[in-house]
Amino acid sequence: MTATMNSGAITIAGPAGASTKAPPLRPANRQFAILAVLVLLAIPLPAILPSAQGAVAVRILIFALMAVGWNIMSGFGGMFSFGHAAYFGVGAYTSAYLLVKHNVSPWIGMLAGMVVAAAVAVIIGYFSFRYKLQGAYFALATFAFAEMLRLIVTSSKFANKSVGFSVPLIQGSSLWKLQFPADSHAYFWVALVLAGAAVAISIAFLHSRAGRYVTAIRDDELAAAALGTPVMRYKLMTVALSAAITAVAGAFYTQYYLFVNPDLGFGSAVSIQAIVPVVIGGIGTIWGPIVGAIIVGSLTDVTATLLRTPPDFLDFLKGRSGLDVVLYAVLLILIVRLLPKGIVGTIAARWRR
Amino acid sequence: MNNLDTAQAVVDPDTAPPARRFPVDRSFLGRAGVVAVVLVVAVVVALLRSGSGLVVWQSVVTGILTGGLYGLIAMGLTLIFGVLDIVNFAHGALLAVAMFISFGLVDTTGMHPYLTLLIATPALFLVGAIVYRGLLSGSGARSLENQLLITLGLSLLLENGLLMFFGAEPKSIKLPGEFQFSLFGAVVAGSRLYAFLGAIALGGVLFWLLRRTRLGTAIRAVAANGTGAQLVGINVRRIHMVTFAIGTACAGAAAALAGPLVTVSPTLGEQFNITAFVVVVLGGMGNVVGALVGGLLIGLVEQLTTIYLGGQSSLLGVFVVFVLVLFLRPQGLFGRKTA
Repeated sequence: MTATMNSGAITIAGPAGASTKAPPLRPANRQFAILAVLVLLAIPLPAILPSAQGAVAVRILIFALMAVGWNIMSGFGGMFSFGHAAYFGVGAYTSAYLLVKHNVSPWIGMLAGMVVAAAVAVIIGYFSFRYKLQGAYFALATFAFAEMLRLIVTSSKFANKSVGFSVPLIQGSSLWKLQFPADSHAYFWVALVLAGAAVAISIAFLHSRAGRYVTAIRDDELAAAALGTPVMRYKLMTVALSAAITAVAGAFYTQYYLFVNPDLGFGSAVSIQAIVPVVIGGIGTIWGPIVGAIIVGSLTDVTATLLRTPPDFLDFLKGRSGLDVVLYAVLLILIVRLLPKGIVGTIAARWRR
Repeated sequence: MNNLDTAQAVVDPDTAPPARRFPVDRSFLGRAGVVAVVLVVAVVVALLRSGSGLVVWQSVVTGILTGGLYGLIAMGLTLIFGVLDIVNFAHGALLAVAMFISFGLVDTTGMHPYLTLLIATPALFLVGAIVYRGLLSGSGARSLENQLLITLGLSLLLENGLLMFFGAEPKSIKLPGEFQFSLFGAVVAGSRLYAFLGAIALGGVLFWLLRRTRLGTAIRAVAANGTGAQLVGINVRRIHMVTFAIGTACAGAAAALAGPLVTVSPTLGEQFNITAFVVVVLGGMGNVVGALVGGLLIGLVEQLTTIYLGGQSSLLGVFVVFVLVLFLRPQGLFGRKTA
């Protein structure tokens, strides 16, 4: 993990005002190298881990996908979204719908979900930016749109109302159908490839011309506009990219858990699951979402085990739900209070000094 | 808050004399008129759709009475939003906590549900003060996102804490001597009427507090211009804390009044929270009377949506109204300065 954090120290786009020294290696290349090492290290994981932990690892990768998606819009772009469930749900439902009703491969469904989610995001974004919603108002508006989608899906026959979709099981395993035996390592590898690609895209985006524009707009929109940056275009681009990545998480989620319903797809808990890892890891950093996803993912596993077989003094907790959320709520509050830049962001700031 | 100022500047032409005795501007009346017309049209369409006058009348009555309750919950939120600029996602969870206090008191001591008002309100005042001092004041929580995240974390914490200790099964608070009566054919539950009247009374108290007391003047001063208030010797930090505490105390009062109306569960705050945000934006943040009016409107919208679209989507209409208001009049329908 140390390797991750070093890199973060040098390459993270700092908040407004922080001046970074010119790094020795092109930051993008360095980050790509680290990503490659991390992915290579992660490949044998499912063979090492016991099977219960293997499932946790897949969950962590789904968290990471969502977090990377959210981070692009809210971290790099500075547009605090409280409604990423909208894109997650669109991804989940599009792929599920195409598979269940038209027997289309989940991969194509995933692509379709990305396109639809990006379109939804552009529509929501366009109106929000057109009417200059900022800060809390923007967050509330994105939340409202996600909830509207949830209600529409819940009441439309087309999407099976509140029942949702169950993915039909096929015989044997097939990469094309994205179905493998339950204890197969393939789920992990597919998720790893997806998450790795998402991180690679977020690195490439941050260092691209568009990414530079976007961070400039985040830091001072008025100045960027005055210098002739097409603010609306780049904001919409960011929002679309963020939504597309989140939609991948949704599509994969559905294929992995074989089920989706309005609450699992569009519920506000989903939006929170996209936000919390990034906040814990560090908003606006490349590696923050990954670190946060690992922490939140393992935490939920620890609490689940704790509740299943509690030690004697915690016996009263047995079979009670809510502990996992309580713990990560406490973690969230503590991190925001004590390390407002998140774990990676704080370490990066220390390192730079 | 800048929104308010600019909007006001646009509304008033430069030529108008600065001091009018009764600044009832026409655009205000105009907007009220538009809202009234839209409501009348909505009711007429609902009448045509359902084909039964009684159904619509029942919806209107229920909508207004429930709307009072929404207004009551939103009043606390609007204070916090308007004065401290905090989007308090924990408001609903605090409401749930107060409900459980109320429920616990009724369940263990058998006291009258409305009497718990006297305990739930100060208890929530205290909780609010502690939450503000412990979590929201100070440098760690300056930025808007951080405040949002802290209140979000707090709401998760409270909700799931309640879930852990009380379990998920819904509970109900029984009102002794509950009755129903018919108002021109519409059935009205006594508890609903009481909650409505309580909301209006509480709105009155808050209005009086903000308008007629030194504390209220200080709160309004801080809301209008924090630095200026500090310069004239107001302890801004303290006012912030007290405002937050008053806001949560409103949730406590709302919980005691609404207890007999709802099924008490750890997550009940969620839905009220959403509605309360809509009401706050509709009424104009910081505007206590606006919150009450907005509450009534949203109550009506919810009931009418049910007639249009059927049971499950009552919130859909609320969100549509919310988004429209956010886009078109983010300073609130009747956007004026802090109440």
